Amino acid sequence: MKKTRPPVTPGNTHSKQPVASGTGIDASRRKALLAGLGAAGGVAAAGLITPARALADPANLPPNVADWSRVLGPGVDAFPYGVPSKFEKSVVRRHVDWLTATPESSVNFTPLYALDGIVTPNGLCFERHHGGAAEVIPEDYRLMIHGMVERPLVFTYQDLKRFPPESRFYFLECAANGGMEWRGAQLNGVQFTHGMVHCVQYTGVPLRRLLEEAGVKPKAKWLLVEGGDSAGMNRSLPLEKALDDCMVVYSMNGERLRTEQGYPIRLVVPGFEGNMWVKWLRRIEVGDGAWQAREETSKYTDLMPDGRARRFTWEMDCKSVITSPCPEVPCRDKGPQVIKGLAWSGRGKIKRVDVTVDGGRNWHQARLEDPIMSKCLTRFYLDGWEWNGDTAYLQSRAIDETGYVQPEMAALQAVRGVNSIYHNNAIQTWRINPTGEVENVRLA
Amino acid sequence: MSAWRNLTLAAGAAVLVLSSAVQAPAGERLFPELGAAATPEQIKAWDIDVRPDGFGAPSGSGTAVKGEKVYIERCAACHGDFGEARGRYPVLVGGHGSLKEQRPEKTVGSYWPYASTVFDYIKRAMPFGEAQTLTDDEVYAVTAYLLYMNDVIDNDFVLDDTTIGKVEMPNAAQFFEDPRPDGQTVKAADLCMKNCKAEIKVLGRAKAIDVTPEKGGASAQKQSAEPASPTQTAAADAAPQGDVQAGKKVFRKCQSCHVIDSDKNKLGPSLKGILGRTAGSVDGFRYSKVFKAAAGQGLKWTDDALMAFVADPKSFVKEKIGADKGRTRMAFPGLRKEQDVADLMAYIKKAAQE
Repeated sequence: MKKTRPPVTPGNTHSKQPVASGTGIDASRRKALLAGLGAAGGVAAAGLITPARALADPANLPPNVADWSRVLGPGVDAFPYGVPSKFEKSVVRRHVDWLTATPESSVNFTPLYALDGIVTPNGLCFERHHGGAAEVIPEDYRLMIHGMVERPLVFTYQDLKRFPPESRFYFLECAANGGMEWRGAQLNGVQFTHGMVHCVQYTGVPLRRLLEEAGVKPKAKWLLVEGGDSAGMNRSLPLEKALDDCMVVYSMNGERLRTEQGYPIRLVVPGFEGNMWVKWLRRIEVGDGAWQAREETSKYTDLMPDGRARRFTWEMDCKSVITSPCPEVPCRDKGPQVIKGLAWSGRGKIKRVDVTVDGGRNWHQARLEDPIMSKCLTRFYLDGWEWNGDTAYLQSRAIDETGYVQPEMAALQAVRGVNSIYHNNAIQTWRINPTGEVENVRLA
Repeated sequence: MSAWRNLTLAAGAAVLVLSSAVQAPAGERLFPELGAAATPEQIKAWDIDVRPDGFGAPSGSGTAVKGEKVYIERCAACHGDFGEARGRYPVLVGGHGSLKEQRPEKTVGSYWPYASTVFDYIKRAMPFGEAQTLTDDEVYAVTAYLLYMNDVIDNDFVLDDTTIGKVEMPNAAQFFEDPRPDGQTVKAADLCMKNCKAEIKVLGRAKAIDVTPEKGGASAQKQSAEPASPTQTAAADAAPQGDVQAGKKVFRKCQSCHVIDSDKNKLGPSLKGILGRTAGSVDGFRYSKVFKAAAGQGLKWTDDALMAFVADPKSFVKEKIGADKGRTRMAFPGLRKEQDVADLMAYIKKAAQE
């Protein structure tokens, strides 16, 4: 593939002469940065976004030798628990201030635009709390199982770790992911439109195993699962799902759960809405009817245009989104672009993803990357697209193994109206402007 | 010598269970050493849930008349005197007939299908940040008050474990089971791939609405171009004093309404720089009559005054400010433990230095 030199814009005409190192940020670097900061969305005065190459400091480029090649870096144990490179400091979870009354009952968002592969780093998994993140002392942790069982039991954290473990990859998506986009394009970033999803390898005990230990009575149909946080988060879970693939887990991505993800124990309910994945799991009551908790009546029910409401809308529909380019990742250079994205379905594996660069006139089948696992994020790419600088409209649509096709927003609105809040899995459009800036738009 | 436990038994049982769906497992324990029997006392203490039929409802009772008092003291600070809510806290009253409108108001009366849910939720999670501090009688009373305010019951209706399962909520019949998948207009095999539509029309742009947080979204790339901070510190700075740390935890009771590290007013005024400040003097905060009076009297938040206030707000207001009913908008009953008060003060002083 032919490489073309990025255009030099008036905003970054810095000298290409070698500059002595060790002088801190030199004038040319400052100029380049200013060009990058010039206008909204990082668009320079001339209209084009600063090409990636123009952001570099010539002092660190050949034929010069950069400082990091001369001096000693930090020794071992400088960071006993490793942290990301300081140059990645903007890659953090972020929240939307106007969404909620207080940060203790709120949500933040995973920076999907900065992530590769399918695994979400633990510190970037979005948080949703209803009464803040409980700080549970592991020695004082207890899980009670009672109700319609032969033997009511109390397990310690240590007990749970002594059962034969299983490790499984699953996505977790909040039912309200995309909830702000029902009426139109509202938030200008994939972090905010789609960031209430993460994908983690969990390790723990199948819930079925614990229920077998307690001995579920024949007439039982439902479980109440309850958290130990100050919201006492409670949901009803059908016994059939509990016996199928739910897990009681203590680890994520190889290390113990993070406090904000339910340390020391959380419930994993594969493919179902995140609200049911109770954190700081304290109690499981077995019963013969649903509890109709606040989080499955007042919230997490889907209001239809006729004033009626769907309840127990557990499964997460098949969905996909392009994570690069996106508003956070503009097209800095013309020429070849790899379109990267994520697809997932609460009903099984991803079968196919199509991508368009012209707003749905023509579609191209994307390359799916192994592993493709059930109820897990799947990475897709469209290779070989050449952006010529014209306005482009990028979309992706996913199809899962049940044959379900990710719908257009118009098709969802035709059935559900605009007030159902939850379960928005519509196709997302990013518009690439001639400047290279990318923005969230809604197409007819 | 070691022994080996036969795991195939359990695996076989699991397959059996899966194939017959809701057929529950019963039989011998595979790991009887793991876990202990839950005693009736333990279960009774933790089993706080209530179902729509009243199953699980504890003994106790309350009426709307009694509930109003509890509501005003413990709930109104966030939910408003009439359930209309302050800020973005949930509206609890009204909204009847609004569910088909552009902006539906989903309240206890207009939306919630079961009265038991109100009791269950208040008992486990309310007041916000003070969970499980209401007695069962108080929970019954507040629940009755909210049902009364929503015209579901009369003000002398006695709500208890025998009546809560019989209350009929106006919107109960409007819920139905999940009919998804929906929104499917074409089968995967029939999807168009070439020349699928003639024109592209943009209906709206997020940028034009301009509600994206400044530090995220499209502007995230600006930050990635900024020079990173020069040094990365490996660990927290100087060793903290124990009581400051304990005080930080105590402060969690306050932080749903107050901040201490910025000038931002939440439901309560910012506590930044509170020590030595005149009471009721934070700019831009809408104080209660009581604190307006305190400001007029020139009451200063000395260490002693603040300690007395957080220990027992009601008495402090009565005795030091002279308000006969002792009511401010703060829905906080006070810190019962002296140690908590001392720890909190240590934290507030530390915060003042930062």
